[in-house]
Amino acid sequence: MSSSDTVWHKSWNLPGKRAETEAVCVEILDAARQRAYHEDELFGVYLALEEAFMNAVQHGNSGDTEKRVRIESLVTSDKIDVSITDEGTGFNPNGLPDPRQGDNLYKCSGRGVLLIRAYMDIVEYNERGNCVHMVKFRDKEGRIRKALYSE
Amino acid sequence: MDEMNPNLQIDYHGQVVAATLTDEKILEDDQIQALEGSFMPLIEQNNNIQLVIDFSNVKFLTSSVLGLLIRISKKVYEQEGKLRLCAIDPKILDVFRITRLDKIFEIFPDQDEALIGLKR
Repeated sequence: MSSSDTVWHKSWNLPGKRAETEAVCVEILDAARQRAYHEDELFGVYLALEEAFMNAVQHGNSGDTEKRVRIESLVTSDKIDVSITDEGTGFNPNGLPDPRQGDNLYKCSGRGVLLIRAYMDIVEYNERGNCVHMVKFRDKEGRIRKALYSE
Repeated sequence: MDEMNPNLQIDYHGQVVAATLTDEKILEDDQIQALEGSFMPLIEQNNNIQLVIDFSNVKFLTSSVLGLLIRISKKVYEQEGKLRLCAIDPKILDVFRITRLDKIFEIFPDQDEALIGLKR
């Protein structure tokens, strides 16, 4: 059995520091590359991971590096499945203003969740709002292009 | 005179300032702060600045960079200047389209085209 047929699973429980989460991104993307995901797909996965980690470290844990970030990841030939949990009080992902509308367009922040939703196929939060679960299926349909031009 | 800041190559074309981002990835807070620390004095020192930001080296960025670009654009317009972006990788251009920032920034395929029509 080649590595492209195997299931890769790994968990981390890390201090809430960007350097730590960046290393996790590298490992997850390497596992996906070994399963022949296209670089265009991985760009979106990388961006979604970075945005989710930034939210966990800066907003969820409020930059407190004593607080932890837990990550569960699964990479197969069909999907990249990642859950990220911080130690914050959580937030309401459905209560966020749309950064594409009106004056929000000129705001300097608030685009991370939009980008995660644009590039990943499944994005769901737990009830508390401190855990995001994201799944990217292997892109056979050019979904990223469709996401761009659909309302 | 041309200048090299840690994350930025500055070229002067007469009155036009072309700032080329030199990092391939821009995602860390210290990178964003360093860029902001380079751009803001540059804009403040050049009233009516005509600024072109060249992305030809950049292959990856996060939404923090989009926030920085908005802060830069506000500062440029305060100074009654002009801002253009150019040479953005197609995958990064998708990020501008998803966030609809392609509607508020003037974006050109390359630096030569971005310089056309600016007062040199």
